[in-house]
Amino acid sequence: MTPVIVPDLGDGVTKVEVVMWCFDQGVSVRKHDDLVELVTDKAIFNVSAPVSGILKKIYYSSGQEVSIGCILGEIE
Amino acid sequence: MIEIIDLGLIHFKTALLKQKQAVLDVASGGPDLLMLCEHPKTITLGRKYKEANLFQSRDSLNKQGFTVVEVDRGGDVSLHAPGQLIFYPILNLKRNNLGIREYLKKLEQVAVDLLADFDIVANGDDGNRGIWVGQRKIASIGVGVSRWVTYHGMGLNLYTDLSLFNVIRPCGLDIQMTALSGETKKYFDMSEIKCRSAENFKKVFGDK
Repeated sequence: MTPVIVPDLGDGVTKVEVVMWCFDQGVSVRKHDDLVELVTDKAIFNVSAPVSGILKKIYYSSGQEVSIGCILGEIE
Repeated sequence: MIEIIDLGLIHFKTALLKQKQAVLDVASGGPDLLMLCEHPKTITLGRKYKEANLFQSRDSLNKQGFTVVEVDRGGDVSLHAPGQLIFYPILNLKRNNLGIREYLKKLEQVAVDLLADFDIVANGDDGNRGIWVGQRKIASIGVGVSRWVTYHGMGLNLYTDLSLFNVIRPCGLDIQMTALSGETKKYFDMSEIKCRSAENFKKVFGDK
């Protein structure tokens, strides 16, 4: 399993909010697909798929706050 | 090297398609870009928008010539119209060693420097993103980032018809909007402002 991680967004950003997932759990994704949208300040940040595979797990859903480095989901 | 592209007066959705294509190009190693343009009357709804911040139904807005679009940017409700200069930077944050907040501050700085050229003292605000002249908002910011490349950006009111803002609560705030022409009582040539904006943008983002 390859984790989908909240990246370091720099400048002391420690927490972000999950806006939405672009794919449902169990669906196949390709490397570089925009996978999940996070929001901080007035910026939407798209976390892209680190690898191609099946989006096996989604651990956080819309509206939840997550920390930098947190595992959002997993791809197999 | 930052390439400057003038899209002229262009529909919001067409400009968005051009941005998305440019994001792919920049993410694949292409040069950073700054797209400059104006939009016909358009109301955009960011991911955090609240319907209550539209003061009229979408049907009514459409009949008055507004296009209403839900978009993948941060922020609430925003309005674009001729006379508002739009900045769409397509910038690779990793390559430019920029975090998101630093990028937003630099984008604000572009507008602050431009307004200073016309003796307007303006400021960014970390709490309420955008550019302010006193308590009046002159530019709005809402950005998206995909594969570490930015899209969407900033709308700066030069000689926008400010009465158009009466149909929304801009950014979800009870605020007064302003424009450069209103602050200076002068009319400005869009082409000249675009040239100055491009220079300021390159200066702020360190392009030689």
